[in-house]
Amino acid sequence: MNARLSASELEERLEDLLEACLSSRRTAAALVPGLAALERGQQDFVLHWAGVVARSSAELAYQFAAAAPRALAVLGERGAEAWLVQAMDVYDHGSMYAASAALKDLTGFVRSWDAQADAVRFEDAGRVLELFLWGLSGRRLRVAAADEPWTDTETVYLPHEVTLYAARNRNFLVYKAMAALAWAQCRFETFAPALGAAVEASAHPARVRRWLAFLEAVRLGAKLERALPGLARDMRVLQQPAPDARVAAAAAPLADPDAPLEATLAALGAVDLARAPPAWPYVVRLHPERAQEVREARIGRERETFRALLGGLRDAEREEGGAPGAGPGRFEARVSESAATGERTVELFLDGAAVSPPADAASLMQSILQDLGTLPPEYLEPAGAGAYAPSTPAGAAGDDGAAEAEAGAAVYDEWDYARRHYRRGWCVLRSRDVHPGDPAFVWRTLERYRPQIASLKRTFEALRGEDRLHRREPYGDGIDLDAAVAGLADAAAGRELPERLFVRRHRTERSIAVMFLVDMSGSTKGWINDAEREALVLLCEALEVLGDRYAIYGFSGMTRKRCELYRVKRFDEPYGAEVKARIAGIMPQDYTRMGVAIRHITRMLAAEDARTRLLVTLSDGKPDDFGDGYRGEYGIEDTRQALVEARRAGVHPFCITIDEQARAYLPHMYGAANFVLVDDVRRLPLQVAGVYRRLTA
Amino acid sequence: MDTRAHSADQYLVRSEPYYEPVGDEVRLFEAAHASRVPVLLKGPTGCGKTRFMEFMAWRLGRPLVTVSCHDDLTASDLVGRYLIIGAETVWVDGPLAAAVRLGAICYLDEIVEARKDTTVVIHPLADDRRILPVEKTGEVLRAPPEFLLALSYNPGYQSVLKELKQSTRQRFVAIEFGHPEPALERRIVAHETGVDEGTAERLVRLAGMTRNLKGNGLDEGASTRLLVHAGKLVMLGVAPRTACLAAIAEPLTDEPETLAALNELVASVF
Repeated sequence: MNARLSASELEERLEDLLEACLSSRRTAAALVPGLAALERGQQDFVLHWAGVVARSSAELAYQFAAAAPRALAVLGERGAEAWLVQAMDVYDHGSMYAASAALKDLTGFVRSWDAQADAVRFEDAGRVLELFLWGLSGRRLRVAAADEPWTDTETVYLPHEVTLYAARNRNFLVYKAMAALAWAQCRFETFAPALGAAVEASAHPARVRRWLAFLEAVRLGAKLERALPGLARDMRVLQQPAPDARVAAAAAPLADPDAPLEATLAALGAVDLARAPPAWPYVVRLHPERAQEVREARIGRERETFRALLGGLRDAEREEGGAPGAGPGRFEARVSESAATGERTVELFLDGAAVSPPADAASLMQSILQDLGTLPPEYLEPAGAGAYAPSTPAGAAGDDGAAEAEAGAAVYDEWDYARRHYRRGWCVLRSRDVHPGDPAFVWRTLERYRPQIASLKRTFEALRGEDRLHRREPYGDGIDLDAAVAGLADAAAGRELPERLFVRRHRTERSIAVMFLVDMSGSTKGWINDAEREALVLLCEALEVLGDRYAIYGFSGMTRKRCELYRVKRFDEPYGAEVKARIAGIMPQDYTRMGVAIRHITRMLAAEDARTRLLVTLSDGKPDDFGDGYRGEYGIEDTRQALVEARRAGVHPFCITIDEQARAYLPHMYGAANFVLVDDVRRLPLQVAGVYRRLTA
Repeated sequence: MDTRAHSADQYLVRSEPYYEPVGDEVRLFEAAHASRVPVLLKGPTGCGKTRFMEFMAWRLGRPLVTVSCHDDLTASDLVGRYLIIGAETVWVDGPLAAAVRLGAICYLDEIVEARKDTTVVIHPLADDRRILPVEKTGEVLRAPPEFLLALSYNPGYQSVLKELKQSTRQRFVAIEFGHPEPALERRIVAHETGVDEGTAERLVRLAGMTRNLKGNGLDEGASTRLLVHAGKLVMLGVAPRTACLAAIAEPLTDEPETLAALNELVASVF
């Protein structure tokens, strides 16, 4: 083990790191006494992290170094790291002041850190719970984090974290029970108008609300017992403290799985409102007025959507029947309820004949049934198509969550290699079109490279998926006469007849989607930009022969809040005049924040249906951005991480670059075999098509 | 030249397969057979298409030749080919030619998986010509009246490559198979596995939940077949939660979050 750093060594290192915030009153020497006593490993830990923090803020780094000895003593290295990263997240999203407060509140952090080992956080559980709720029948509920659990009948709000128990699975169970209870509130008509009326009529609305929430948990518990017996069994351990005799007696009628909301309202009269209800950990709060608002808006909207859907259905049926306007077009609905589970199903009839509504109408009908218990006659009047958009599920309005900074912008995490954590929601990326350029550029290029293009086309033609005859196969469509003759001669000579005597047609189908990502940073100005544009023209010509699906995007930007992706050609866009003009219009812009562009492109590529998905980056240098330290190792590591994510998503990344220093960092980013370095810019246009041919042959 | 013959015997379905009719499909199929119109079975995987074919073959007393199509299946795999045996070339019928000769029911399972050139041999068989030209021997096989061609096809795949062409589709009578109604599905699960009614009911409820997730995390909900698998495990003493995870959740997805959600659904029902 290495020896401890001496006081003078420490002072020197700290002065280097924290230079920016030191003064005569605030010296590195003041930090030394605390650090000198630490083990060498801990000293290295502090110096490493102080260096990392100093990149964002030297001031924060100083405060960290000052508080680190105590933090290490109470939290250990892992805990201290979490304490610091948490403070840096606060710094990223808030102010220096808030971050410094977060660092200073070591006691508070220690308390939550102790609980945290077993805590379940919304960000870990939310997605699973949302899928869980979608699995349960009924309206498609969304899940969001809030300060307390409640639901407005479209979104289920769950707390940011659950830390009640010393076991993770128990804490998760609390989450799950809350989600299921909120689902049951929507499903079993908790939010009928009578609920709101009961709260309003009371002299103590807050108490009534609390008691109603508890009593509903009891009533709906009985229903969960029937619908989700396994969960109900697990939930029993959470039903602590047990209600006293009076409460138990009042709640007794609610144990009937058929008990309606009225039973809860009746039980309310039998409890002592002045006392607090038993504090079961999963009780979901009630906000009848807000649920009512959402419900009313939804009822109107869904009626129109449903009628439009019936209109579409009627038209489709008529078309299929071949006799337009054959029947009067009258719909009937029959709602039946399963005795065992209380599950309701709807059968639809058009002019007496059963029709099956589109699959996504099922959850809409369930949603209507939950609100109204039936499909009223006015819902069965078909309307002209219009409001109904099959791809948007009912209630999709207001989808602009808080994470989305503004319309049209996507938010991405970024990898901070020093922290070894993602910076959440760090980059904002906007998509826009390339401003069309001078179409003459494309003609000139075509003219200039005419002979090369002709030969490119020929080589690419050879790549096209065509039948190839495989000879000497063990089985196949026909007999390989040459092989058979030779084989029979062998056999006649007493040797064994070979097995490979057949020819087989082998069809190579190309199923490739390729995305070209072009560096539009300021450094490409001049030759490089020309070469890039020419390369794209040649590539498009060649790819049109090949028939592979391809898209072209450019990227640039300045700072994390202004990352930009420029559309040159979408996958489904033909290579026509517009695309040509956009290729000509590719102009150098600002910087190269590569990670976020790759993340966005990966998402687009992953949605393409192809056996092979390729991401080819055309670049002139390292990732780089203005200001916040993206340049250098940070940018390389973030890009590398984005490429790792891409590979995980089934995308093959490949890089074509003209940066002579690329050999130093590209193998690390892309892997040794996944890049090619073009040393002469003038050869780029021809090289790109050649590289592509090799990649996909 | 010698021809290797297939015998009808090996393709006969001897005992009655268990099958619960969902609607009119039995009558439809019989009518199609009688009027020599080929049949297209549409529906998600594991909903009983193959079982239905076995049942119908048994009911009609015809041999059943089943071919599971894959992406390397060519026309000559169906029609037949020459083999070299000793110093002789021997013609061997493929399953389709064999079925035509035997007057059997030929069932091409998941036809969209096969290569496009297979349509060449299917089309003349599937319209009123009812012939199978065997290019390599110069023969033209005429299908006897008992012969019936049936295809299965899962419209749930979203891939454009796996769509059936109109020129093919429009030669067939189509019978649609969906997931059975809950009550019926309970009966099927109980019958196939021997589990009690309560367990069958919960399995079916769980299946419904996975079907709600179709398109949101799952490509396809749990089929009746998966329920039967889970039921069989339960009957052999595997705890229901474990059985459902192994036989239903894990086969449906590898995606960790969806798997976790399925896990929670299983634990909620059992």
